[in-house]
Amino acid sequence: MTIINSKRAKNAFSSPIASAAAVVIAILWTIPTFGLLVSSIRPEKSINTSGWWTFFTNPEVSLENYEKVLFQGTLIQPPMVQYFFNSLAITLPAVVFPITLAVFAAYALAWFDFKGRDFIFFTIFALQVVPLQLTLIPLLQLFAKGLSINGITIIPDLGITGTYIPIWIAHTIFGLPLAIFLLHNFLRQIPRELIEAAKVDGAGWFIMFRALILPLSIPAIASFAIFQFLWVWNDLLVGLTFGAGSKEVAPMTVRLAEMVGTRGGGWEVLTAGAFVSTVVPLIVFFALQRYFVRGLLAGSVKG
Amino acid sequence: MKLTALVPQRSLWDTVLPNLVMLGSAIAAFLGIIFLLFVLAERSPNKIQNILKYVVFLAPAAVLLLIGLIYPAIRTLIYSFMNDDSSKFIGFENYVWAFTIPEIRIVLRNTLIWTILVPVLATGTGLAIAYMTDRMKRAAVIKSLIFMPMAISFVGAGIIWRFVYTYEANLKRPEIGLLSSIWRAMEWEPRNWLLEAPLNTLLLIVVMVWIQTGFAMVVLSAAMKNIPDEIIEASLLDGTSNWRRFTKITIPMIRATIVVVLTTITIGTLKVFDIVRTMTGGNFKTNVIANEMYSQSFRQMNYGTGSALAIILFIAIIPIIIYNVRQLRLERTER
Repeated sequence: MTIINSKRAKNAFSSPIASAAAVVIAILWTIPTFGLLVSSIRPEKSINTSGWWTFFTNPEVSLENYEKVLFQGTLIQPPMVQYFFNSLAITLPAVVFPITLAVFAAYALAWFDFKGRDFIFFTIFALQVVPLQLTLIPLLQLFAKGLSINGITIIPDLGITGTYIPIWIAHTIFGLPLAIFLLHNFLRQIPRELIEAAKVDGAGWFIMFRALILPLSIPAIASFAIFQFLWVWNDLLVGLTFGAGSKEVAPMTVRLAEMVGTRGGGWEVLTAGAFVSTVVPLIVFFALQRYFVRGLLAGSVKG
Repeated sequence: MKLTALVPQRSLWDTVLPNLVMLGSAIAAFLGIIFLLFVLAERSPNKIQNILKYVVFLAPAAVLLLIGLIYPAIRTLIYSFMNDDSSKFIGFENYVWAFTIPEIRIVLRNTLIWTILVPVLATGTGLAIAYMTDRMKRAAVIKSLIFMPMAISFVGAGIIWRFVYTYEANLKRPEIGLLSSIWRAMEWEPRNWLLEAPLNTLLLIVVMVWIQTGFAMVVLSAAMKNIPDEIIEASLLDGTSNWRRFTKITIPMIRATIVVVLTTITIGTLKVFDIVRTMTGGNFKTNVIANEMYSQSFRQMNYGTGSALAIILFIAIIPIIIYNVRQLRLERTER
């Protein structure tokens, strides 16, 4: 294809109307978030007595809302900064665990030859869409009481309710199917010759994983890591149910939802709080958007 | 309410340190065990490695999924035929309850409205934007802005939009919500947005569409990029109109991706409860199954009805699972 041709193809759609429409939509899409951000830096009195857009004719900046929501708390009601670190303590392990286990399983499903491999793969694929709701009650009971069938204890009561452990495990379980599926698709694309060559060189399955598979799958792992990070950081349901109502381990989303429920009007803390909870995923999102998109596409684009 | 700041506070370090210790030790312990396993496994004879490889690589995920997803799902199915504390079987009573109680019928109706409107509107809007920005220069910023809500939690989105919908009953006070403010400027009759059914359900749906449009746009625009330039060239030479090219070339060529986007959003919509919970708490006839399932199970402490609702949710998804598995089978045999 010549340069002139591809230029024409490029210009084919950039009609001024379409461009203008796209810009308008982008602005419309951004206004709600922008309004929240502007409000969060206005003094409490102004937020509740005038619209955020008046900020531009009457700019008053105050960081008091952030100070209030982040650091002011009581012994029974810790400040948001505590929840921020709770979220962090939930999220990082809940990203590392499922990805590690998923790379392992994806490797096994992509390259081990064994009976029932396809069956397991299709089961995992189908499990991707099983709603969390379907598993909540029994899984909670499992964490609280252990598991026994016909009086035989299979898993004892571990006494972990109210710690991070059930939250980590729950996120790991719920993240696994998608992670295995995506990583499996990626690992299958590794040329068979490469694997065979490593075998000829005398590499066992474990050395092969460490020396060949793992380095090759770093990009796919990075894509899914961002995915899982955003998902866990933004999750409410798992934090709410598996945190067992303990403030010591509740993530920011749980606190935010609680704030909405108890005092619907306090926009100064709600806007600042919402922004605090959003800022980390937004940074991750804008910094690593390319990898995020890649992960998204791996699961859904069909030729 | 103003108890804050009067009680002595723990220092920041006191609250942060335990978390960092937990976080660090959990990850370190996990990776340490794996490291040890590898050290041991790599040194063991091939025969043992051949067994160990299943134990190390496959078993952890398989066991977790078995105990954490499959077993609980079966258990939930059983609970759905039992009473509130799962002490005796009551047959289909919970399902009869779900389909006959007027309140729950509204919940089912709302969920149906959500699962039809959200995928269609989000995919439609995403498709339009993808087409408008396809092969357009400097579209990256536009796309980023539309994609951004994907990074925001449903709770955060709920707060953002609650703020847009805020309503001030006193006409002497200014509206601080954007929508109400525009409404008042137009001198239309003021409305308390989140209280009026069925309008409120539509306004909540707007939030989900706002989030999902970016997803649809990104995936569909990647699919459009895969359409060879030659085909577009040819249509340009033929003088095909934009609209005809869109309907006769673009859509047929990315049909498979459109279906994937539609199903993905449908599943996401069925599961979402945070938006409703944050914005109306499920009141004013806005409730959906996912939220009612939570209320039944953890507020009413009725495991029977809660489980029945979860099963209904799952049944709604089954056709999609079957369709997906079929598609995957086809793709695999093509390979």
